[in-house]
Amino acid sequence: MDLSFVILVEVLYGVASLVLISAGLAVVFGMMKVINLAHGEFMMMGGYATITAVGLGVNVFVAMLVIAPLVVGLIGLIVERLVIRHLYGRLVDTMLATWGLSLVFIGLATMIFGNTTTGISTPIPGFAVGGYQVNGYNFFIIIVTIVLVIAMFAVLRGTRAGLIARGTMQRSDMAAALGYSPDRIYMMTFFCGSALSGLAGAVLAPLVGLVPTSGGAYIAKAFITVIAGGPSLIAGLVSSATSFGLVSQFFTFAISPVIGEVALLIAAVVLLRTMPQGITGRFFKGKL
Amino acid sequence: MSLNRRELLGGAAALSTAAMLPSASMAADTIQLGSILDTSGIFDAYGKPMDQAMRLAVKEINDAGGLLGKQVEVAAYDTQSDMALYSQYAQQLTRQDKVDVVHGGILSASREAIRQTMRKTKTLYFYNVQYEGGVCDRNIFVTGVTPAQQVEVLVPYAMKKSGPKVHILAADYNYGQITARWIQKFVEDNGGEVVATDFFPLDVADFGSTITKIQQTAPDLVFAPLVGGAHLSFFRQWSAAGMKDKVPLASTTMGVGNEHKVLTPEEGNGIMVAYNYSQELETPANIAFKAKWQAEYGDTTAIHELAVSTYQGIMLWAAGVRKAGSVERDAVVDALETGISIEGPAGKVTIDPQTHHATVDVHIMEFEGQGMTVIETLPQRAPIDTQAVCDLQANPGDNTQYEIEI
Repeated sequence: MDLSFVILVEVLYGVASLVLISAGLAVVFGMMKVINLAHGEFMMMGGYATITAVGLGVNVFVAMLVIAPLVVGLIGLIVERLVIRHLYGRLVDTMLATWGLSLVFIGLATMIFGNTTTGISTPIPGFAVGGYQVNGYNFFIIIVTIVLVIAMFAVLRGTRAGLIARGTMQRSDMAAALGYSPDRIYMMTFFCGSALSGLAGAVLAPLVGLVPTSGGAYIAKAFITVIAGGPSLIAGLVSSATSFGLVSQFFTFAISPVIGEVALLIAAVVLLRTMPQGITGRFFKGKL
Repeated sequence: MSLNRRELLGGAAALSTAAMLPSASMAADTIQLGSILDTSGIFDAYGKPMDQAMRLAVKEINDAGGLLGKQVEVAAYDTQSDMALYSQYAQQLTRQDKVDVVHGGILSASREAIRQTMRKTKTLYFYNVQYEGGVCDRNIFVTGVTPAQQVEVLVPYAMKKSGPKVHILAADYNYGQITARWIQKFVEDNGGEVVATDFFPLDVADFGSTITKIQQTAPDLVFAPLVGGAHLSFFRQWSAAGMKDKVPLASTTMGVGNEHKVLTPEEGNGIMVAYNYSQELETPANIAFKAKWQAEYGDTTAIHELAVSTYQGIMLWAAGVRKAGSVERDAVVDALETGISIEGPAGKVTIDPQTHHATVDVHIMEFEGQGMTVIETLPQRAPIDTQAVCDLQANPGDNTQYEIEI
């Protein structure tokens, strides 16, 4: 009984961390069609922003949930103005440009923070469930993810800004004809996407040892999740993260963490072979 | 600027003469020490202090009048954490600079990339790093500790403090695999039992499910030879899950690159390790070494195991040269094979003639307040793992890295 609860928590945590890692990319790549190969580096910068802020005496939750998304969002804004806005609609060119950006960010982070591992400890203590110890921070990540998904849904579905953003992504010429500036809407959307990446990096920072090249560990999983999710932003994100999270955690517990990772990749190949348009290309069609 | 043919030729001739002059004079009255280390890139946390230690050792030798009445000159190359550059710079050091000895290499892959070049060109080579053991080659001397030297002393100590059931978590490449086998052997020799062994690729950073699994196997002790930044997450997540005060941890790698200074005291305190060196060693030799480092670089926090190994490696080589009265390779090898020893910052280091590895003091330590507190010192532990497979006295032509079967 205790064990099944602990495993349930681990599985939920596996799904939640996939959603968290991929949310920023879902906005930037899924909505805006910008192949952001610097996504992992945005997360890495979120982690460093958190650690720096905590080092300056800021409360760790404020640093993770407010400062890191803002800092990375602003960096995203600058990047969008300087580079990305010239490349909208040129899929392959964005790939090259953001790959270059990722190298620049790794270099800058190395210059500023040094090429050594840094980190902060988790702010939430573990607790016992029967005979087992559970990492209390896992619950925090699960809760942050649930709130994040609900908030994304509410903004995109319920607010005028969300409606305009979605409309602009589908037909920017129509949005322009109706008097909205696609340029500014793209800018704001990219800001939100970057901020989400920063948030993910910040929230995961206490669990890992951070180095300037940490971003590389996330990028593949993020792209797999977003691509397998398909055209619907939130339904795709949640459904593919759930399938991959279940598969990888099942094999992790049954065999080993390495096999868990392998299973995730095999599942992605099978899924994309059977559903080339992604999960939401077949199920939940037309959902958000 | 415009340049006619005559000016160009004249300039080129002047330049090439200028370039030739110092090298011609250098070769005559100095000894050339080649160094090949990653002082930039992802391994610079290891390489930079090693480079500083190398320069400190050479400066000390020169200040004391040099070797055989000659000054030692350094030819150092930065391999930028790129394995391809190792073979290139090894060629440069041996064929162009024609150095008398090469110290360097960090990862096992980098050592294997240059070892054959050194052997072919008859250039004496020192590898000053803790590694998985088993290299058997008369041209190389290894001054770092090998798994058996650490594990042999650490396992009984850790088991006495905890209990007989051990769970092993190791990095998934040759170092981790071989070390895990040694841990298993010594656990069984000490009457214990390995309940499970898990291997992790170097980029795995999420240990949540592993921590749950460890609780299922319910060991008395977790042995974790994990490597690199991503694996550091384990120690953090272990503490976050509240397991730290329930099951003790031991490691053969944690702290080699000063990783314990990254963990908070709450996360690190109590982790058991065994190394040749700790900054907290209170020996006169170490206090003097730290004072010299302080005077040269202003800050001693970067000193780590590998830096001290490098320093000791150079001092051993110098002792060999003095004894041989020559820098010629075979003479120095013969001198070192007499079982020469020096007093280094980490204690007495003796060359084992049979394997060309080092017999060193091993200190059992526990992390405490981001430092390593020495609990017990076991003097002069021989490299028994490599001794089991390698005998250069009986078989001087050997040129293999043995996979040690246990």
